[in-house]
Amino acid sequence: MSAKTVRWVEEPKMGLFERMYLPAIAQGIATTVRHILKPQVKTEQYPEQEPKLPANYRGVHRLNRDDDGRVRCVACYMCATACPAHCIDIVAAPAPAGWKDREKYPETFVIDELRCIYCGMCEEACPVDAIELTTLYDLTGLSREEMIFDKEKLLSVWDQTTKAGTDPVRTKSGHYGPAADLPK
Amino acid sequence: MTDFDFTYAVILMVVVFAAIMGSVAYLTFAERKISAWVQDRIGPNRVGPWGLLQVAADGLKFFFKEDIIPKHVDRVFYFLAPGIGVATALLAFSIVPFGPSTPAPGPVGVTAEKPLDAAIAQHEADVKSYHEHTIFALAPGLDIGILFAFAIGSLVVYGIILGGWSSNSKYSLLGSLRSSAQIISYEIPLGMSVLGVFLFAGSVNLEKILDYQIHHGWFILYQPLGFLLFIVSVYAECNRLPFDLPEAEQELVGGFHTEYGSMKLGLLLMVDYIHMITTSFFMAIIFFGGWHFPGLSNIDGIGGMVVKFLILGAKVFFFLMLYMIVRWTIPRFKFDQLMALAWQVMIPLAMVNLVSVMIVKEYQLTPWILTVTSIVTFLAAAVISTREKLTVIQRPVNAAHSA
Repeated sequence: MSAKTVRWVEEPKMGLFERMYLPAIAQGIATTVRHILKPQVKTEQYPEQEPKLPANYRGVHRLNRDDDGRVRCVACYMCATACPAHCIDIVAAPAPAGWKDREKYPETFVIDELRCIYCGMCEEACPVDAIELTTLYDLTGLSREEMIFDKEKLLSVWDQTTKAGTDPVRTKSGHYGPAADLPK
Repeated sequence: MTDFDFTYAVILMVVVFAAIMGSVAYLTFAERKISAWVQDRIGPNRVGPWGLLQVAADGLKFFFKEDIIPKHVDRVFYFLAPGIGVATALLAFSIVPFGPSTPAPGPVGVTAEKPLDAAIAQHEADVKSYHEHTIFALAPGLDIGILFAFAIGSLVVYGIILGGWSSNSKYSLLGSLRSSAQIISYEIPLGMSVLGVFLFAGSVNLEKILDYQIHHGWFILYQPLGFLLFIVSVYAECNRLPFDLPEAEQELVGGFHTEYGSMKLGLLLMVDYIHMITTSFFMAIIFFGGWHFPGLSNIDGIGGMVVKFLILGAKVFFFLMLYMIVRWTIPRFKFDQLMALAWQVMIPLAMVNLVSVMIVKEYQLTPWILTVTSIVTFLAAAVISTREKLTVIQRPVNAAHSA
């Protein structure tokens, strides 16, 4: 590195206008006052005003139902395998006699919502689009036990979220993808 | 001696104290709201309608918080500091005529026609008539007037310095150190900026200064430079941005009040706001004619009193709002910059201003000359500072580094 390659940068010189300070301060005050008179507030008033979340928001899980109201899950364990937090616990059982389209169904399906990291890998892994993350964000509970969601609870989340019209993006507003089309 | 109405004095004190504390509370609210608007936020809006009860929530919170005293503090001064701060700040307000006022009686000259006895008798009669009407000041007719406020106002800084020092923490100490650096910078221009006003009014009594302006026009017309120096100095005295060096929350955690909590912190925070109210009154009364407004000050009776209150209140409100707006406009000075501003710019300007006032007084010239000299002085100062050469010291590039 030679002295020629060094470029010396000087502070920009202040002229008479800047040296007088007052005009610059007046400009600044004008900006401040403009903001006071015309505030461009973008604050959401949360409890009264619900936030508009994108459909691919990763909130509380739900277990989807099919057209007959049965759980779509086929108890393949792919979500539980994909889960990095090991928060999904499934006990599979032979499907009831009337269910012609599958061999197994989940006898229990438990998600520990406290262990879950809401990464969405379960819904990516699911071959039948049976598990999904919804836009429910205000998940609260008074005890740890309360936060362990069983099958009924997860199915009730489906009932809750389809009614509100907040379908996650994967189910394309109630229509399942081709992979989810099971042979009848 | 004048008769002293104890009941009236106590009632007045209680009312004024309550009014100041109420204003302080709502100033904190206004501060939060205005800062929110400037930053395109909403601000406190949850407690009460439009958040108006937020101040009650804040105050109660201060009272009910656990009073934590760190082990390493110097207990005596740690407790003393907030008290000194608030007490002196309130004391400085005592001379402010916060309503319609009449000038206090001046000295009566002894002449051949008026021997000493007669002069004394006349003076006592003057004082008696002065005290007979309703007086809106806690210490009316105090002859040292604003000098008292300056003296007591400077003591507020001791609260800050003591608090920072007794906290026995580096951040607090740095805060109070800066506060001491600040006080030796702004005190001199603060005093000098109003000397011109004193020369004109012939008194340091606020009521007399006000009375002079009613007859001769507001001092902002003749002393714009004095007002500029005064407002800059009082911003420094109130520790308001751009001169809030002792707090400097981005650098010093909380500055001098880092180690304070609960109501002691509340008191320390109150000091600034009490000071803001007092100095806003000073600016309104010394430079903007107090309750005087052309065409509106000749109303008599209760109505006139209300109008005068409103005029003075509006002026004070304007200066309080200016405090808040300036806070969000100008970034903080470093303390060497503050010292340079005070010693190299403001003190010379104040001296030039003072000398020009003296010349005008000596040769009985029209005071309008001072308006011109103020502007000329200001421009001259700007030109002089522009001529200053700012050069970067070009260090030689080390040859060993060359490839």
